[in-house]
Amino acid sequence: MQALRAEPYEPPAFAWSCGEDGELCLELNGTAVRMRPSGALFVEGARALVAGDLHLEKGSSYGVRGQLLPPYDTRVTLDRMLVEASLTDAQMVVLLGDTFHDRKAETRLDPEDVERLKALALGRRLVWITGNHDPEPPKGLPGEAAAEATLFALTLVHEPEPGRQPGEVSGHLHPCARVASRSGTVRRRCFLTDGERVVLPAFGAYAGGLNARDAAFAELFEGPVLAGVMGSDKVHAVGWRSLVPD
Amino acid sequence: MKQNKNIAARAAAASWPDSGPLPPLFERWFASRGWSARAHQLAMVEKARQGRDALLIAPTGGGKTLAGFLPSLIDLHERGPVEGAGVHTLYVSPLKALAVDVQRNLETPAKEMGLAVSIESRTGDTSVAKRQRQRHSPPDILLTTPEQVALFCAWEGARDYFRDLKTVVVDEAHAIQPSKRGDLLALGLARLQAFAPGMRRVGLSATVQDPDMLRRWLGPETDLVLGEPGAPPVVDVLLAQERVPWSGITAQHAMPEVYEEIKRATTTLIFVNTRWQAEFAFQELWRLNEEGLPIALHHGSLAPEQRRKVEAAMTRGELRAVVATSTLDLGIDWGAVDLVIQLAAPKGASRLVQRIGRANHRLDEPSRALLAPANRFEMLECQAAREAVAEGALDGDPARDGALDVLAQHVMGAACGEPFQADRLYDEVRLAAPYQGLPREDFDRVVEFVSSGGYALRTYDRFKRIVKGRDDLWRVRNGLIAQRHRMNVGAINAPSTLNIKVRTGRRGGRKIGEAEEFYFEQITVGDTFVFAGQVWRFEGVEGVDAIVSASKDTEPKILSWGGSKFALSTYLAWRVRRMIADQSSWVRLPEDVQEWLHAQKKRSHIPREDELLIETFPRGKRWYLVCYPFEGRLAHTTLAMLLARRMDRAGVGPLGYVCNDYALAIWTMRPLDTLDMDELFQEDMLGDDLEAWLDESYLMKRAFRGCATVSGLIERRFPGAEKSGRQVTFSTDLVYDVLRRHQPDHLLLQAARMDAAQGSLDIRRLGVLLARAQGQLRHVDLPKLTPFAVQPMLEIGKERINGSVQDMILMEAAEDLIADAMS
Repeated sequence: MQALRAEPYEPPAFAWSCGEDGELCLELNGTAVRMRPSGALFVEGARALVAGDLHLEKGSSYGVRGQLLPPYDTRVTLDRMLVEASLTDAQMVVLLGDTFHDRKAETRLDPEDVERLKALALGRRLVWITGNHDPEPPKGLPGEAAAEATLFALTLVHEPEPGRQPGEVSGHLHPCARVASRSGTVRRRCFLTDGERVVLPAFGAYAGGLNARDAAFAELFEGPVLAGVMGSDKVHAVGWRSLVPD
Repeated sequence: MKQNKNIAARAAAASWPDSGPLPPLFERWFASRGWSARAHQLAMVEKARQGRDALLIAPTGGGKTLAGFLPSLIDLHERGPVEGAGVHTLYVSPLKALAVDVQRNLETPAKEMGLAVSIESRTGDTSVAKRQRQRHSPPDILLTTPEQVALFCAWEGARDYFRDLKTVVVDEAHAIQPSKRGDLLALGLARLQAFAPGMRRVGLSATVQDPDMLRRWLGPETDLVLGEPGAPPVVDVLLAQERVPWSGITAQHAMPEVYEEIKRATTTLIFVNTRWQAEFAFQELWRLNEEGLPIALHHGSLAPEQRRKVEAAMTRGELRAVVATSTLDLGIDWGAVDLVIQLAAPKGASRLVQRIGRANHRLDEPSRALLAPANRFEMLECQAAREAVAEGALDGDPARDGALDVLAQHVMGAACGEPFQADRLYDEVRLAAPYQGLPREDFDRVVEFVSSGGYALRTYDRFKRIVKGRDDLWRVRNGLIAQRHRMNVGAINAPSTLNIKVRTGRRGGRKIGEAEEFYFEQITVGDTFVFAGQVWRFEGVEGVDAIVSASKDTEPKILSWGGSKFALSTYLAWRVRRMIADQSSWVRLPEDVQEWLHAQKKRSHIPREDELLIETFPRGKRWYLVCYPFEGRLAHTTLAMLLARRMDRAGVGPLGYVCNDYALAIWTMRPLDTLDMDELFQEDMLGDDLEAWLDESYLMKRAFRGCATVSGLIERRFPGAEKSGRQVTFSTDLVYDVLRRHQPDHLLLQAARMDAAQGSLDIRRLGVLLARAQGQLRHVDLPKLTPFAVQPMLEIGKERINGSVQDMILMEAAEDLIADAMS
């Protein structure tokens, strides 16, 4: 519980700046990255777009027990992904694990959504990092699979390792920031970084969130933490002090 | 001994001559109490003899409940005990507490007459063991709630269980009808009627503005029985400290005088409009309570045991006063109450009458009531309400079109009970008044939704919840799905609530009550607030519990989110407008209020009854538009949002707005003299502007959440686990966003729009307002603030967050950080 030393408050010791299109730009372990308002991370030098926890077919996974949620979550998630890839002109897309909500999710994909995934791989590298929900790579889809990938000084992996991990880019935890002010509180998905490593927000339309103040994050960061909170069209740099538990 | 009595009773029944109005046993019982049966009680017995459905409308204190049950008691008495008989009479009340209370009131005459009648209640609080016993050996009279009726319909074997049902008694029918619960109960009655074709429907209601509408809701061929009117109530307006404050909603200034009134009366009921106002008033009264009078608190968020304790103490005559919300509007009979105080304006004439009726539950003596307005507009409202009560005028609830999410729940329930044929169920459903005009197409869409979700993408054909067999019958897919439906039945209009628990040791401990999740979304760990008359510190949410600890803080940080839970009724609003327009009526108002009206006349304008006054003026570095439609907070909020959109397009830079029941104010960055008011207030804002705004609005998300829960899309509970309210909240918003984008015409979005339009947005009323305003706008451009504008202006800054502010909060937090880094 004590590991987040950011109390009493210290401002983060690294530099960040606001980029174009509502991005938040910083050097992560010496590599230039941009937090996108969509919740994806863009790695400048490799023109790589990294997104975590798409949880495709989460909606339909409830169908088995008779809860018939709207089955459009996969479509919404992939459409956002395609727009991101084209906006950033990405040459590589890395999906950071838990891309599918469960092992059978791939078999439930609507043919039109399969086309969307193929389009995502068209003219660029598509890398599937495996996660706990999808430990096996997809069978009938383009792209290459790996447990982790390296880009410059960055290690792309699904689940963050405890302790100091410079250069780690991970997902898995679905961080969410609750920001309080005199006029009320807001709860939004967020990036969390200390300048050395970053945890990405979940990209999936139906993915829930874990409060950044949860103990699960405490063992990840040693220095002061900056939250890149997703506003409507901008990533807001919010300090630890402004975050509150649920 | 008991045996003998029963034999005697049966003998008496056998010898009862046909001509007498009541069996001798009943005549004797009335005589032994020194009563004789009232005309409307006899009329209800007569309706039963003719086999007619009947709605009894009578003021409180007229022996209404007994009138409803008398025919059943007589019939049971004549029949005598029968081995293995099913439920004879089903009683449905809007409140659990009322069902329990009626049981007590019914057992007394049954016992005194020596009737061998078993009477039991069944609510959400009833133990599992008792419920199971009721299933195997049904009581003669079963007392319950609309939600339980929905559950009965979803029982396997319900048809057999209710085959002997002779009568359904719906109590406080006027309180059930104008809501989704009314839709649900109407469907339930249609189903019960199919189980027991000879079933008779009996309704009991307080005085209503439109008895015919209520009669049709109860059943297609219902006769009306009217009780004798009671003595007219004595209503006064409390002018505390000889003044009426400019603004505020708590009537804090009146508390010393309220306390004095409590001291003078035997027992006082103090009504407020929200739970948080109740907490506030309760605290204030105890601050003044030097004599240590027993004053208690009663509202819907308190733990049931706590409420029951208060009710019991009240029954025993141990309390001098109870501060209460609408939880005590209905039913329970307390003879000793001799004064009712309404703190802050009553918002509707009917509600006021109902509340006044709580005092002196005897017809021959007038009830005494005091109204304590919290501000000047409320003073006008109180005066208007007082005059309306004196004239016996009431506000009316319009007939409803049945909600589709409720129908979805009912269709699923029907399938859980027994296989159904679509044509038959469609015919049955249309026997319920709210669904009388239901198009077949809508019904089929509902069945499709229940079965496979109703999505254009046929993802769930394998997972259908109900399946149509070759025999043309729809069946539930498996037992688990049926079980889960039964666990989620009801839930009508219940926002997601959290248990409030006091921290003991490491884990949450004693439950002190419940509150809407919405409230805890608004406050932060460490905030202090008042609940159950004490100050608590909010410690956080764990699962479905909001954890709090006792606080010594005497000035709680969060008091309320302000405003009234009820919007000013259309009828009362019209009376207020008329009173303002009619200067000869001003003399009936307190002096400072009169001065205020005269000042308004001199410096601005007094609108005619049909005029809509719009004032614009600069103040500080801002420009203000204030208008006074008197159409209630909900309609005003919608209007303000839509006006702000248009003003944004017109380039005047609207910055914020504030609304109350009487007026709305919008402030801007730039002067307003360029605005064309007629264009701004054009009725067509209810078209595209409304659609565009609505889709993004928090209200719509909330309405969707409600519909998703009621219709069974989102489950509140499933076997073995309780899903936390917070999780439900989060995912329904995501589901809403996705569905809106990909299937905007989906059944549930349609249902949510209908809800928003009827409920939280009050679009129907806004439509009437705009139509009325066409050609009747009176715009006054002024150099400074006007007397009328003071109250809405004072409310600026007290408003809570809305959607558009959220990004600003994030931005502020970010700026904070930058400032820190630069220092």
